Amino acid sequence: MAVAQKNPNANAKEPASLAVPDFSKEQDLSAYRSMLTIRRFEEKAGQMYGMGLIGGFCHLYIGQEAVVVGMQMVLKDGDQVITGYRDHGHMLACGMDAKGVMAELTGRAHGYSKGKGGSMHMFSVDKGFFGGHGIVGAQVPIGTGLAFANQYRGNDRITLTYFGDGAANQGQVYESFNMASLWKLPVIYVIENNRYAMGTEITRASAEVNLSRRGLSFNIPGEQVDGMDVRAVKAAGDKAAAWCRAGKGPFILEMLTYRYRGHSMSDPAKYRTREEVDKVRTMHDPIDMARHRILEKKFANEDGLKKIDAAVRDLINDAAEFATHDPEPDVSELYTDIYR
Amino acid sequence: MPIEVLMPALSPTMEKGNLSKWLKKEGDSVKSGDIIAEIETDKATMEVEAADEGTLGKILIPAGTADVAVNTPIAVILSEGEKASDIKNAKLAASFETPAEASAKAGVSKGEGGQSKAPDAPAPQAAADPDIPDGTEMMSMTMREALRDAMAEEMRRDTDVFVMGEEVAEYQGAYKVTQGLLQEFGGKRVIDTPITEHGFAGLGVGAALAGLKPIVEFMTFNFAMQAMDQLINSAAKTLYMSGGQMGCSIVFRGPNGVAARVAAQHSQDYSAWFSHIPGLKVIAPSNAADAKGLLKAAIRDPNPVIFLENEILYGHSSPVPKLDDFVLPIGKAKIVRAGNDVTIVAWSMGMDYALKAAEELSKDGIAAEVIDLRTLKPMDTDTIIASVQKTGRAVTVEEGWAQSGVGAEIAARIMEKAFDYLDAPVARVSGKDVPMPYAANLEKLALPSVAEVVAAAKAVCYR
Ligand SMILES: Cc1ncc(C[n+]2csc(CCOP(=O)(O)OP(=O)(O)O)c2C)c(N)n1
Ligand SMILES: [Mg+2]
Repeated sequence: MAVAQKNPNANAKEPASLAVPDFSKEQDLSAYRSMLTIRRFEEKAGQMYGMGLIGGFCHLYIGQEAVVVGMQMVLKDGDQVITGYRDHGHMLACGMDAKGVMAELTGRAHGYSKGKGGSMHMFSVDKGFFGGHGIVGAQVPIGTGLAFANQYRGNDRITLTYFGDGAANQGQVYESFNMASLWKLPVIYVIENNRYAMGTEITRASAEVNLSRRGLSFNIPGEQVDGMDVRAVKAAGDKAAAWCRAGKGPFILEMLTYRYRGHSMSDPAKYRTREEVDKVRTMHDPIDMARHRILEKKFANEDGLKKIDAAVRDLINDAAEFATHDPEPDVSELYTDIYR
Repeated sequence: MPIEVLMPALSPTMEKGNLSKWLKKEGDSVKSGDIIAEIETDKATMEVEAADEGTLGKILIPAGTADVAVNTPIAVILSEGEKASDIKNAKLAASFETPAEASAKAGVSKGEGGQSKAPDAPAPQAAADPDIPDGTEMMSMTMREALRDAMAEEMRRDTDVFVMGEEVAEYQGAYKVTQGLLQEFGGKRVIDTPITEHGFAGLGVGAALAGLKPIVEFMTFNFAMQAMDQLINSAAKTLYMSGGQMGCSIVFRGPNGVAARVAAQHSQDYSAWFSHIPGLKVIAPSNAADAKGLLKAAIRDPNPVIFLENEILYGHSSPVPKLDDFVLPIGKAKIVRAGNDVTIVAWSMGMDYALKAAEELSKDGIAAEVIDLRTLKPMDTDTIIASVQKTGRAVTVEEGWAQSGVGAEIAARIMEKAFDYLDAPVARVSGKDVPMPYAANLEKLALPSVAEVVAAAKAVCYR
């Protein structure tokens, strides 16, 4: 299977697709359902934004679903996840409730942050999800700190620290790399390279566009991964997790992926062509590919898949319904949660 | 000439120490770099090195002496050909003079009354607004267009001016303020940066120290927090630290303040933060004409200027005089609406609340005088004081938090300079003391409102 995108760096090897191990029936079906849940959730969020039910910034994850779903399959109980503002997919993958996420998007009382955080700022202690951060790159040292705490406590946990190709140019990323490698911290840096940071294509912002090499001078191993193939993501994640859990320090996984929608809801999208988007969409869509595989391997037939599709749709409709009718937070919440 | 060795200080705060041990005896020869003694304080032990060559002529402070004051002569070194007997009569070479003694000799003034007292800070000087010739055409334009025109005009005028920031070029600005600049001035002068605020702010400072005149756009001032060190420690202070040799003519601009529904990390007013810093000028216009005239002034100003725009105001239209070169003075407030009953001081988005409140108040027979501060630093205190002397009452309006806010500063100045004129305590209307909530209902409550300004004005009028 071809990679989802032509990597602009001539040195970059195309990820070895032949080496991608197959999924079991359960894995393929479960990954399909998870990716579809994220896709449908995001489509619904987009609609609700258009209806004025969601305000401010709203960054959709459509196109990138295989990354979080594949990585989540690697994790064990107690492992942690942290990311930036394009976070809805990460939360759903972590097992956070779609109702609570959607109600946060609409700014309602039973959203994950009681309506105070919104799209970019949600957290769940239960599910090990540490946000939801709006300042590009700021989650990277924080994720490194979560890993520090795991090492300090001597447990077996690892931390997934996600950030984008644009964030990869922030200085604090490299300060984090240095400490993580120096102290052998169990953190996987998952760079979601969707080729654009707002309207800036990666080659216009990065001197080294093979982001898996960004850890070289800190002795952090890195790999480029086909981030549109959930199996490739899982395989690379397993390897990186084993490395971290063995006490060997951090690992960098550069996920070659693509976002179909605009950066946020208002995006003139003049920086790329319609054809470019359509090409990825029709040829390398992570969900379509999983669907074809499932049919081909007879893990399910069309009917079986339709049942999954319907169940997912119901789940998302319920979430939207809930988020539309949940009340706004009580005004007494204005001054709560500032100190404890 | 015999050379004195003085009791050294181990730290900036050390005043005395113990001379624990001599490692050379009188008559020993010493080379520069030889360790001749050991001294200690409660914190540390240090070796005293000879700085000169010769013979240890005389030990003035014996080993084991406690509490030897810093700069006390502890020994004398004789150069070749000198004898111990020379010591008594000789005028010692390393005769020590304190900075104060040196200053006194040179006639440096000690400050008022001969005490070491800081002189008064110079009063800021600002010219009045230029006269707009009769018959000048007024053009209605948005603040966004006015800012763009200001940059374009200054870039045409001075090739050292360039714009740099995230998405300023090909994307035409995240908020479209730099629209068309790339097309007119090209990629050399309109530069898209990576997302690396601390880096490009510092690079801007370096370019400015080398004489260029960067306009650095922060996509919003929330992201300037990444660059804070370069703004405060480099941009603001270098002129002073270099004794006036090296300054930076640089503008840091972008939207500041509260935006709609973007929650705590993207919705904050930094007016007070920057206006705290000596060396920075801080401007926060409320309308298109001021935005244009002041941005042109900021670009020409030889100092670092923080230019705080406002996302919500970008789309507001107001008249701008059609002049070839419309430049406004930095540091001059403007009385936007005259009145005798109460002074309302605001800037940027706060003016929106202030003017609407003044309109409401007029219906109740209260004539508010509304002052648009325009520049937060240096602050035009005179205009505020003159108004309060007339009205006897004042209300400040800001989106930022009250504690250590700009309103707090205005209130303090009024208290210092117009205390006897006040008929009521100064009232502050500000953002609530909470991070900005996302939920629509809470966000509204967190912000100042026209109703709050009206209520504050009535309260100080005892109405
Ligand atoms: C410090 C900082 N600078 C700028 C921004 C504005 N901003 C938000 S997202 C973004 C692009 C980030 O791109 P990337 O890291 O590639 O992530 P993606 O959006 O593609 O997921 C920018 C510039 C910000 N939020 N924080
Ligand atoms: Mg990106």
